[in-house]
Amino acid sequence: MDRNKWFVLGTGLIIGAIAVTLVKLGNPANMGFCIACFERDIAGALGLHQTATVQYMRPEIIGLVLGAALTALFAGEYKARGGSATLLRFFMGVFMMVGALVFLGCPLRDILRMAGGDYNALVGLIGFIFGVGSGVFFLKKGFDLGRAKISSSPLGGWVMPVLMLFFLYLLLKGTIFNQAAGGPLFFSQKGPGSMHAALMFSLGAGIIVGFLAQRSRLCLSGGIRDFMLIKDNTLLLGFIGIFIGALALNIGFGYFKTGFAGQPIAHSNHLWNFLGLYLVGLTATLLGGCPLRQLILSGQGDMDAAAVVIGMIVGAGFIHNFGLASSAMAAATAAAPALIGGPNLFGQIACVAGILIMLVIGYTYREE
Amino acid sequence: MEKLDVRGLSCPIPVVKTKKLIDQGLAELQIVGDSAESKENVGKLARSCGYTVVMNVDQKNNWEMEIKK
Repeated sequence: MDRNKWFVLGTGLIIGAIAVTLVKLGNPANMGFCIACFERDIAGALGLHQTATVQYMRPEIIGLVLGAALTALFAGEYKARGGSATLLRFFMGVFMMVGALVFLGCPLRDILRMAGGDYNALVGLIGFIFGVGSGVFFLKKGFDLGRAKISSSPLGGWVMPVLMLFFLYLLLKGTIFNQAAGGPLFFSQKGPGSMHAALMFSLGAGIIVGFLAQRSRLCLSGGIRDFMLIKDNTLLLGFIGIFIGALALNIGFGYFKTGFAGQPIAHSNHLWNFLGLYLVGLTATLLGGCPLRQLILSGQGDMDAAAVVIGMIVGAGFIHNFGLASSAMAAATAAAPALIGGPNLFGQIACVAGILIMLVIGYTYREE
Repeated sequence: MEKLDVRGLSCPIPVVKTKKLIDQGLAELQIVGDSAESKENVGKLARSCGYTVVMNVDQKNNWEMEIKK
């Protein structure tokens, strides 16, 4: 195995270990890192949705972008670029979030859930693999969203890092814009949004992972895609590394618990676990990278990737306002039977619509 | 020599386009690109297919390579 592969595997191991450590320090269970969930929490903190349980200005996301930006700058890889079907990418970001919130997690959280023993995440993984496979089918047919151009000014590429610095400033100051409404920024008093590691740990973890992911080009859809497309397993080693790193610490901390039932912030509706991550896998492959990779690229000057990230944050606002996100499973109580959770009819329609729209995009955006 | 321009293309389209030409059995190919990732990925693909890679221009965000069998 060459040096690069060891680096990607090592990156995965460290990210998996950091994720579980963040759970130990206060993040929600099996959610040490989740790009989609944390962007959704940011949407909540900004008041783009009013779901009181998922509102927090997650420093991990801020750290990821800033870490990637600094790393790219020092590596000489920072370059402002954009202009490849930007508006379309924004909406693809919206639908990537639909898929993630129907499943209840991005591909990164899928791995962390598997490493916590959540069998529902295995169902999601199968959907994800099929989604990436469908994207690879279109890539082989000549799928292409068009060329991006390097900008004449670096300014546009700095929008995301500066936005994140602004968010960090608001978080550190605890700014409340509308005192009567209690926010924004809104901070959950209960539920997943209220559970978080101390700010400096979360921010530091984000910066370290941002550095590692920028250097290793880690991409979770890319791992499966490259293996299917060119039989290259480099990025897949990152995927496996995250699993092993998280599994080891989950067992060590006593978090590892196998089964479909009783899993934290998850549902057991198999069809929608499958279709949710199918939509994410397909969309990520058409976009050229998973939610984590889009975030890293947005830090190194890629304005098209930034449009995807903003699409995911704004999309999370719509998704929660429209009630499209899945509900989590719930144990039986004296008053109510156990619930397996999952999306309501509107969530199901949004997910299927997303898949159909991606298939149309995959089919129509073709060169030659 | 055939020339391939992969500037501005999202991952992994530079690799897909290069592979298409390699699969046609080209003995030599000149490729230009503008990202560090595409340089790494295209170079890796060419080497794994038994080509030698010569960098004519070798900057992070501006590169040109010739691959030969």
